[in-house]
Amino acid sequence: MSATPDVKPRLSREHSLSLLRQMLRIRRFEEKCAELYTQEKIRGFLHLYIGEEAIAAGVMAALSPEDAIIATYREHGHALASGISMNAVMAEMYGKQEGSSRGRGGSMHIFNAAARFFGGNAIVGGGLPPAVGLGLGYKMQGLPHLAVCFFGEGAVAEGEFHESLNLAALWKAPVLFVCENNLYAMGTALQISESETEIHQKASSYRIKSESVDGMDVVAVEAAARRAVAFVRQGQGPYFLECKTYRFRAHSMFDAQLYRKKEEVEAWKQRDPIKRFGDWLKVIGLAHDRDFQAMESEVAAEVTASVAFAEAGTWEPVSDLLRDVYTPKGSA
Amino acid sequence: MSERAPEQVATTYREAVRAGLREALQREPRAFLMGEDIGRYGGCYAVTKGMLDEFGPERIRDTPLSESGFVGAGIGAAMAGMRPIVEVMTCNFSLLCLDQILNNAATIRHMSGGQFSVPIVIRMATGAGRQLAAQHSHSLEGWYAHIPGIRVLAPATLEDGRGMLWTAMNDPDPVLIFENIMLYNMGGTIDAAAGAVDIDRAVVRRPGRDVSLLTYGGSLWKTLEAAATLKEQGIDAEVIDLRTLRPLDDATIMESVRKTRRAVIVDEGWRSGSISAEIATRIVEQAFWSLDAPITRVCTEEVPIPYPKHLEDAALPSREKIEAAVRKVVGR
Ligand SMILES: Cc1ncc(C[n+]2csc(CCOP(=O)(O)OP(=O)(O)O)c2C)c(N)n1
Repeated sequence: MSATPDVKPRLSREHSLSLLRQMLRIRRFEEKCAELYTQEKIRGFLHLYIGEEAIAAGVMAALSPEDAIIATYREHGHALASGISMNAVMAEMYGKQEGSSRGRGGSMHIFNAAARFFGGNAIVGGGLPPAVGLGLGYKMQGLPHLAVCFFGEGAVAEGEFHESLNLAALWKAPVLFVCENNLYAMGTALQISESETEIHQKASSYRIKSESVDGMDVVAVEAAARRAVAFVRQGQGPYFLECKTYRFRAHSMFDAQLYRKKEEVEAWKQRDPIKRFGDWLKVIGLAHDRDFQAMESEVAAEVTASVAFAEAGTWEPVSDLLRDVYTPKGSA
Repeated sequence: MSERAPEQVATTYREAVRAGLREALQREPRAFLMGEDIGRYGGCYAVTKGMLDEFGPERIRDTPLSESGFVGAGIGAAMAGMRPIVEVMTCNFSLLCLDQILNNAATIRHMSGGQFSVPIVIRMATGAGRQLAAQHSHSLEGWYAHIPGIRVLAPATLEDGRGMLWTAMNDPDPVLIFENIMLYNMGGTIDAAAGAVDIDRAVVRRPGRDVSLLTYGGSLWKTLEAAATLKEQGIDAEVIDLRTLRPLDDATIMESVRKTRRAVIVDEGWRSGSISAEIATRIVEQAFWSLDAPITRVCTEEVPIPYPKHLEDAALPSREKIEAAVRKVVGR
């Protein structure tokens, strides 16, 4: 008797601009991060999401604030789109104690309890089992929340992927699996890492409802995510969404990209999700150049402010080195 | 007959390891490499760069992200008569194949009553120091040294980086080689004809009278620097490079401690339950009556490695910490 809920994204002008703004925030934030990395303000590994913004923006638009999110080391976009302030994310990139993880995590480990953001996980496949458990835990407590897990197609080869899908299906755990298939795991192309390259097919073998969507199209992603979320929230079990996408930048800042052709990268850049959506909004008359200009300057101001915030942030004293290894007695 | 000085060539640790791998593949037709991104990408630390072109995809096998799968397959291939050299990108990810290493590689010889040996070599990067945060900075070699049935090597020099592999590959049992990430860029010169080295003995890298500094891997160089500074302060420290963490070379350790009557152990592992604890216990068991002072340890603080540089530095053994520990032990 489950009536089909209204799952279409409502493409009002306001909503369209918010999708575009979300993608642009991620893009401009990360462009700044790349610059800050060369200035050695940001250290360690830095994995940019540039090119894949439509997925975080589209999926987050379909979630409720209470839903849990787990992402990978390529998670700046998800963190920003989930509602964590750009200031807190930038300060985390710097390692300052005003950062979302008090500086302890850095680029790969953004966490935020208020946004139910359970981290960037830097072990490939490592986020999937906890996502199943988050979903299971909510279900056992009768809560309506679901857990969303983002991961790359590289993770699909790990045992943890298969174990997680099976468990989620067996327990009808409210989990939305989002595979960001950008065709490469570091330098390993999909066709040399998977015997079955149609990733979403793998979900079917666990009897998990799945679909594949154009991950460069924010509206398509949001529409698919709404279908998926509605399905999961009705208690029908997990859902698997494969988003076909591409990373425009290197895997990390240490990657000479010997494994792919420049022409291939250029061809995918023609499908830039931000430009494509912006152009379309113009064509249908929902937005105009002045909207884009206003948005660019708002976003630029936000990025500039976040850098100032991070710069003004403070280093945690070394005397605090050993804190947060265990939970202080009586505090939890 | 005039002895000619051997020709010296400039190299780096990375190149030395690569030279060892190339030699193994050139001289042993049963040898092959497998691991993530070792071929097209050139290796996550560029160790295997160029080897795909030289040896082809049959012998330089790019694997999907399936640590448990390909390490286990290496174990099988070894039992089938091949000489697999498996690269696990870093010891952080080796936790996904710990089952194969511990429950299969280390036990099959014994469980089968001596019928099957597993001549596999597993190489992995280890260590902290690049601000890669808590999931990418482990030093697990001491952990692995807990396991009977495997050998654990920690090459710290160019000669060992190059020469341990051949000996390891010709060992009939599983050998794990831990390469500290901070060593890959280390430059120096090496005998052009450098070849296989033993994997049984610890070596005195610097002779001294006042105190024995026992260390290995990336910490060797910090320890040698500390010893040089201490010398200026009138403390003559002997530095022992353990080289092999399992089995430990008790004879060399005890000989040094009996001479200097004092021991400081420097280990990048966490202090509790570490290889440093094992070494200290052995000294107490075997050389207690020779000691003039308590054994002291310089280890990593018991905290997951934090991202910010000042906190990471504070967590790790440093030259300053080694010097302070030595001064305390010699009472100066
Ligand atoms: C278990 C494990 N093995 C290896 C790595 C090293 N590594 C980090 S990212 C990556 C590629 C992952 O590709 P994919 O899952 O497709 O995600 P993408 O980076 O493309 O977003 C690899 C091999 C790791 N972090 N964890």
